[in-house]
This record gives sequence, C-alpha cells and structure tokens, in this order.
Amino acid sequence: MMELVLALAIGVLSASGVWLLLRPRTFQVIMGLSLLSYAVNIFIFAMGRLKSGAPPVLKGDVFDPARYTDPTPQALVLTAIVISFALTALFLVVILTARGITGSDHVDGKEPDA
Amino acid sequence: MSISFLLVIILVLPFLGAIVASGLPRHARTSAAILSWVVALVSLGCLAALWPMFQDGETLRYEITWLPSLGVNLVLRLDGLSWLFSALILGIGALVVLYARYYMSPKDPVPRFFSFLLAFMGAMQGVVLSGNLIQLVVFWELTSLFSFLLIGYWHQNSAAREGSRMALTVTATGGIALLVGMILIGRIVGSYDLDVVLASRDAIQESPLYLPALILLLLGAMTKSAQFPFHFWLPRAMAAPTPVSAYLHSATMVKAGIFLLIRFWPVFAGTESWYLIVGGMGLATLLLGAWCAIFQHDLKGLLAYSTISHLGLIVLLLGLGSPLGCIAAIFHTVNHATFKASLFMAAGIIDHEAGTRDMRKLSGLFRFMPFTATLAMVAAAAMAGVPLLNGFLSKEMFLAEAVASVNTHGLNLLLPALATLASAFSVLYSLRFIHTTFFGPPPTKLDRVPHEPVAWMRRPVEVLVALCLVVGIFPAVTVGPFLKSAAVSVLGFDLPYYSLALWHGFNLPLVLSLIALAGGVGLYVVFGKRINANPRGGPWGWKRLNGGWLFERAMTGLFKGSEALVRLFGATRQQPQLRAIVLVALLAGGLAAIGAGLVIRPIMPTPTLANWAFAGLWLVGASCAVAAAWQAKYHRLAAVVLMGGAGLASCLSFVWLSAPDLAVTQLLVEVVTTVLLLLGLRWLPKRLETIRLPQAMERRSRRRRRIDLVIAAAVGTALAAISYAVMTRPSVEGISRFFVEHAYKDAGGRNIVNVILVDFRAFDTFGEITVLGIVGLTIFALLRRFRPADDTLPDPSQQKAQNASDRDHDTRSEGDTLKETMLIPRVVMRWIFPFIILLAVHLFLRGHDLPGGGFAAGVTLSIAFILQYMASGARWVEERLAIRPIFWIGVGLVIAALSGIGSWVFGYPFLTSWFQYADLPILGRVPLASAVLFDLGVVILVVGATVLTLVALAHQSLRKPKQRDAEEGEPS
Repeated sequence: MMELVLALAIGVLSASGVWLLLRPRTFQVIMGLSLLSYAVNIFIFAMGRLKSGAPPVLKGDVFDPARYTDPTPQALVLTAIVISFALTALFLVVILTARGITGSDHVDGKEPDA
Repeated sequence: MSISFLLVIILVLPFLGAIVASGLPRHARTSAAILSWVVALVSLGCLAALWPMFQDGETLRYEITWLPSLGVNLVLRLDGLSWLFSALILGIGALVVLYARYYMSPKDPVPRFFSFLLAFMGAMQGVVLSGNLIQLVVFWELTSLFSFLLIGYWHQNSAAREGSRMALTVTATGGIALLVGMILIGRIVGSYDLDVVLASRDAIQESPLYLPALILLLLGAMTKSAQFPFHFWLPRAMAAPTPVSAYLHSATMVKAGIFLLIRFWPVFAGTESWYLIVGGMGLATLLLGAWCAIFQHDLKGLLAYSTISHLGLIVLLLGLGSPLGCIAAIFHTVNHATFKASLFMAAGIIDHEAGTRDMRKLSGLFRFMPFTATLAMVAAAAMAGVPLLNGFLSKEMFLAEAVASVNTHGLNLLLPALATLASAFSVLYSLRFIHTTFFGPPPTKLDRVPHEPVAWMRRPVEVLVALCLVVGIFPAVTVGPFLKSAAVSVLGFDLPYYSLALWHGFNLPLVLSLIALAGGVGLYVVFGKRINANPRGGPWGWKRLNGGWLFERAMTGLFKGSEALVRLFGATRQQPQLRAIVLVALLAGGLAAIGAGLVIRPIMPTPTLANWAFAGLWLVGASCAVAAAWQAKYHRLAAVVLMGGAGLASCLSFVWLSAPDLAVTQLLVEVVTTVLLLLGLRWLPKRLETIRLPQAMERRSRRRRRIDLVIAAAVGTALAAISYAVMTRPSVEGISRFFVEHAYKDAGGRNIVNVILVDFRAFDTFGEITVLGIVGLTIFALLRRFRPADDTLPDPSQQKAQNASDRDHDTRSEGDTLKETMLIPRVVMRWIFPFIILLAVHLFLRGHDLPGGGFAAGVTLSIAFILQYMASGARWVEERLAIRPIFWIGVGLVIAALSGIGSWVFGYPFLTSWFQYADLPILGRVPLASAVLFDLGVVILVVGATVLTLVALAHQSLRKPKQRDAEEGEPS
C-alpha cells in the first residue's frame, strides 16, 4: 500500500509541477520546476523499491545486500537534490534579472498582446 | 633516421609550422615566410630522403595505434603516386611561400595567411599519405576548411566572403558524399585499409553497391576538381590572394579530386558506368571550360576556366579506362601544375605592378616588364601545347589516346575531333592572354606606370618555367623515373609501353596537334577583336545553363524553405514550446513504458496503522502541492510556504523509507531554498486578483488553462502508473550489490551512500561540485549588474507603515521600529552560531560511517551564516566576519582536485581513495580515509556557492536608488 500512496504522491506532485511549468508567469514556472524536482527525486528513489527500517548503513561484519535498501538511487537523488537547489537559485536570479531588464515577469519577457 | 620518423615529419611538420605561425605578431611578414619556407624545404628534404626506398614499387607503411580496441589506427602510406603528389604539394608550396612573401601587403595580417597556407599543406599531405579511407576523408574535409579560410582571407571583401562560402559549400558537400562512399566501400570490402581495398577489385566491381559507391566517390572527386556541373565555385574562388590561386587552384586542392580518381582507378575503372560518367563529365568540362575561358576579361578568370578545362582533360583521360590514359593523366597533372602555377604567379605580378587584371585595360606591357612577359609567354605556350614544352608532350599523349580509343567504344568516334577542338580553344585563349596583355600600344587606362617586380618575386616563376622547358625537352631523364614509379603504384609492374620523347615521328597525333595550333591562331585572328570587345565578359551562347546561377537559386530556396519550416513549426513564445516539450516527453515515456511491457498489478491495500499514517502524510503533502500550484500566481508567499509543506512530506518519506541521508539533505536544502525564494520575492511585481483582462484574452487564457490541466493530469497519471508498476515488480540485481559488499572492505566506510559519493563515484561528485561553483559564480555575475524594475525601487509598504508610525510618535525617530524588530531572536541567533557550526562539523565527521557527509555539512554551515545575516543584517555580519565565498569556492575545488591528484603520486588513477585505521589518544580507533579530504573540499565549496548565492541576493536590498545612480556613472 505504501507503493500506491507514493505513486499517487508522485502523480500529484508532477501534475502540479507540469501545470505550473505551463503558466505564463516566471514565478509560477520556478515553483513548477521545484515541485517537479520533488516528484522526480521520489521517482528515482522509488526505483530502488521501498523498504522500511533498512538504511544503507552497514552494521556488523557480514554484508548481505538483502538486509539493506538499495543505496544507488539514494546516491543519485542526493546529488539531484543539491543540483536542483543550484538550478532553482540560478533560475530565480535569471528571472529577477529578466524582470529588471524587461520590466515584465511574463515568461516571454513582455506582456501578451491583447 | 627511420622511415616512420620521416613519414611522420612530412605529415606533421606543416601543422606544427601553422601553429607557430599563428602565434607570430601581425607584422612579422618575413619571419612567417622564413618559417614556412623552412617547413616546406625540410619536408621536401625528408620526402627526397624517402625516394630511394620504394623504387621497386614498394609501399611504405607506418601505423600509429590510436583506438586499438576499435581497430582504428592512423595509417601513413607512401607509394610512387603519393610521393609524386607529395612532391608537388611541398615543392610548389615552397615556391608559393617565396612568392607570397613579396606579393602580400604588409598591411594585412600576413602570419595568419602563412599559418593557413601551412595548415592547408598539411591537410593535403594527409590526403595523399592516408592509408585508411576514413582518415583520408578527414584530411579531405580539412583541405576544404583551410581553403575556405584562404579564399576568404581578405574577409573585408564581399566577393571573397561569398567565393569562400560557395567553395566550402560545394566541396564540403562533396566531402560528405565521399564519406558515405568510403563507408560503402568499407562495407563491400570489409576493411577501411587502403591496401586491402586496392586488392579487392573484383569484390568491388561485382558488388550491387558498386554504382552507389562510385557515384558518391565521384561526387567527392568532381566537386573538389571543379568538374562540370560543379565547376562554378572555382572562378568565384579567384577572389583569393593570387598565391592561394597559384597553390590551391592550380597545383593542389583541385588536384585532390584527380588524386582520388587515380588512387581508386585500379579498382573502379574499366566498367561501362565509369566510362560514361567519368569520361562524359571530363569531356563536357574540357570543352565548356575552354569555351568559357576564351571570353574572360579577367586574367585570373581566364586561368580559372582554363584550369577547369585542363582538369576535364585529365578526368577524360582517366575515364577512358586504358592504362596509357592513366599514365597520360598523371603526366598532365604534373605538367599542368607547373605551367598553371607559374601563369597564376605571372598574373599576380601583373596585378601587383599594373594595378589591374582586367585585360581590357592592359596592353603593351612587354616594354615595361620584358622578363615577366617572356616567362609568361613560355608558360602560356606550355598551356597551349607548343612543342619543346611539357604541355606539348602530355597533350600529344592525350591526342594519341583519343585516336587510339576510337575503336574501343562507339561513342569515341568523335573524340579525336573534339579533342582537337578543345586543344584549338586552348591555343586561342593562351594566345589571347599573351597578346592583349603584353602587346599592342602602351596602356592608357592604368593609374600607375607598370614595372618589373622585385627579383625574388620572379624567382618562383623562373623555376617553374625552367621546369616546363627542361621537362619539355628532356622528358625521359627528368620526369621519367618519377612518372614510372607513380604509374607502377597504380597499374602494377607490367606497364604498357609508352615513350617519353619529343619526337615520335610524323603521326596522326602530331597532325592533330598542328591542326589545333593553326586552328587556334586562325580563330584568334578572325574573332580576336570581337572577343576582346565583348562587353559582358561572358561566353557567347551561355546564359542560364550556369552552375553558379543554379547554386544561387538552390541556396535561396534552401533559406526560404527553412524559414517557412521555422514559421510552420517554430514558436517564439515559451508556453507553446514548453507544452510541446512536455507532450513529446509524455509520448516518449509512455511508449517506452508500454513497449517495455509494464503492467499494473493490483495489490490489496493492507490497512495497518503505519500505512494509514503514511497515507495521511501524503494527503497533507499532496494538498500542499496542489495548493502551491493554485496560489503561485497571486499569493507567492503562501505558495512558497505550501511548497515547503510538500518538501517536508517528501523529507519524511525519506526517513520512513530508510534514506536518512536524503532526509537530512532534503531538509537542509529546503531551508536554504525557502530563504532564497523569500529574498527573491521582494523584486517581483505586485499582482492583484481584482485586475481583469479584456474579454477575448480572458477566453483565450481560459481555454489554454483547460488544455494545460488535461496535459498536467495526463503526465501525473502516467508517472504515477509507471512508478506504481515498477515499485510492485521484484527488483533487479544491479550494481548495488557491489557497493554494499565493498563499501566497508575496500573504502573503509559504513555509510554506503556517502562512500559512493566520495569514493566509488567521486569523479561524478567532482563534476557536480564544479557545476555548483559555476552556478554560484554565474549568479554573482548576473547580480553584479542587477537593475531592479522601477516599481520595486521604493521601500516596501510595510517599511513605509513602520516609518510613518515612527514619525507620528514624538518619542520615536524614523527607522526605530526597523531597528527593534526581532530583538530577542537576534540574540538567540547570534548565540546559536557556534552550535550550528559544531553540528556541521559533526555531520561532516560522521559522514563516512553514519548519515551526514559533505553536502549536508556544507549546507548546514551556510545556514549558520545566513542566520547571522537575517538576524543582524549584512553590514553587521560583514564587519565582524570575513565572508569570502568566491575564495571558498576556489579553495574547495582545489582541495577536492588535489585529493584526487594525490593518488597519481602513488601510481593510482585520479581520485583513488586510500584508508587506514589509526589509534588516536582519547578518540580511540578512527578510520582515516583520503576520501575525507575530498569531502572537505565538497564542504568548503558548498558553503562558498550557497553563501555566495544568498549573500549576492541579500545585498540587493542594501543598494539604495541613489547609490545605484552613482554606480551607473562609473564604469565598474
């Protein structure tokens, strides 16, 4: 059932993200990208299957992969979290600069023609 | 010196020279020329030293291992044919360099010219020395590129720009065809090695791919050698400096196509299609080129068309498919190179000293420059095929071949007559060149008095003309051995009988030769005046059937077509673009998932308490996400907070699902992201829900929203379905087993995720922190010149209200409320600073064995700094702490890199980790891994990049409008 819940969560997060991605205002797009990156991070993480109470921190002297959750997606997502922070920051500054230069916060850099 | 060394020298030296020449100062005309001369002469010396080694028809080979696992090697191959061509390239190259030293104006950046020229020389050497088909094509394309640069050398001149563009378009397109052709040949033969290909004549000719391969090969060769209908680029390329024309357009580049035809003659020639295509193109080019050459008024234009015509002659000889024809073709290639290069140089001298190349303005130059005139006359006579000169010998061989081939093919009946006609044309335009330029009354339309050039400018012409004479009179002893060696390498050892002699008795070819001479002179006597007066300068009866015109039309069509496609499929607005991207991704992902056979297996939910709690968590999380999406337009602050809610839900899921490292990092990053977004909100415009759009726009945007909602729902559903399908399948054995089993044993760490990041995949992490650093610097650079929009310049309304209230109270002065905000939290935050640092150190040190690590520690540390900024303001913090984030970024990157380079010292690959347990007093047994050092670099860099980003944004509020105006005055 955890799989079902998490799958639905991924669905809602990505749907909200895509919806915002397609909006006309830059701030909406940046929020959309953030939501989408949550969804994608959980998605990648979920590819290693879900396991409770089995963190990939080795104990004892016998290392049986079955006793631990899959560490590879976690390593991928860890870097993804940091990179998506960097991209959010960069994107935010780009939209602020664009707003300063064009005077508009529309994604096209100008208000739509009537 | 070994053979291989010499071979490498003659290929590489020109390129090295080109690099050195490109570094010379702009005015270093003489040094660049001396350098180029030395390069050409040393290479020529090496080539000469190789000559004794393959007189018996041997082939020298030298392989340089390149990608041995793919079977790709650089193969240098030298035989008689490539030796002869290489000698032409280097020898004429040396002469052209000498000539160019005096031709080029000191006002131009001459070292650049020599650099291009040397690079071109190297590329040509590469073409003739390649022992591998693909390698040959690479050098072939390089010749196209450097010829583009050389033709366009005077890039301020539009004719040069257009000529070079046309030459590149035509020859590079041919080069692509050639590449495909070579791949086809490689498929037929099963190898790209030239020696293997040359030994597979039967396999190639019997293959069904023979005709496609032949046509593609010919497309390459014919475009390069300016054969009809691809000839038009050559006259346009005359916008190049004359040394380029003398080198590329007489001796080398246009001969590359000929070289290719001769090289592959043994395996491709002799079929009906070869005869029809090659012979037909050659004949057409021979006649049309000669016809056009007659009517040119520009000296170089005349020479260009005559080059086209002579190349056609060579191609025709090759097309006939007889061994004697092939020998004659090789011979005429050499002869043409000598007399045409000298004629181009002579034309350049006339242009240089008289100020024009227009034959209508030139006249009677003989009395001003008798030496040059004599040299040009001898060379022109060689071009016309006058006895005692080399041009006569190969033209005799050509006529003899034309006569001999009459019986071999039905279409050959007219060949002797057409060959004689073309020869007569050749006599006609040679005569016209000489007569109009050097004879007649003194010129009246020149703006200067012409005179002889400096002696050294004439030397190269003298050498070439002397060669024309020596070869013309004593062919057997001069050119004989070289020609024989080249012929052997193409035809094998049983060469047909041929005689290199001036006098073969009174036979039919001689009669035809005499008819051509007499006919040419006669035609000039009769039509000369009318041709010279022809106002347009184009040939009679020759308007639309012109490759250049077709080319222009094709290019215009191409541009128009692409513009139409852009209009049809392109979008300048971002929303449609993003929508298209999302839809394509949805389609691709959906198809892939269906194709992979993903199915959803329903599993009955087990309603345990934990499961319900998890569902509850995501009920909140999902509501936050939807609400954030809903509020992002009008209530940005609310949206940021709600997004934080969704982030927390995912953070808790990580805890729940055994990912403590992710949870820690996500939580910390969440904090920083929120601060960042809050800092940014200040600079975005106010948006009021009450403002309504015009009716039509409102309708349009409502429709767009409906469509987007459907798309978003589809993406969400698809992603949910895919993740559910994957999560309910049994997992596959990946690389994780390796990580689990080796993390402790080989890397000395118990936290597998951290070990992956700093050890197993440290190189990826190294790339990632580099990206992080670059992002930080980019943000810093963007914000340095930040100009906020006007409506965000005044103080925010809250601050105005505070100041107004301060003014209303007698006991307070303006700004007091601002100063007093957060008095208590400020104290707490200041005191908490060392504790957060301690937490960061803790996270860092435990990272290798327990959740934590460099990223988490770095972000924690930056939060410590940010808190101080928030509590006390930027000025207060920067007066007390040395905040130097750019420096930190550099230090972090250097530490990470050094810890990686350190493993080289011990003979291991980059970023190999080393670890050992040490017994320390008090702390006890602790692991010491060199990966910790790398992680330290990560920490410092993350702190630098994060702090740089946040501080740069925070500083914007410090700038007051007045300061901004003052800044605008100064250039920094």
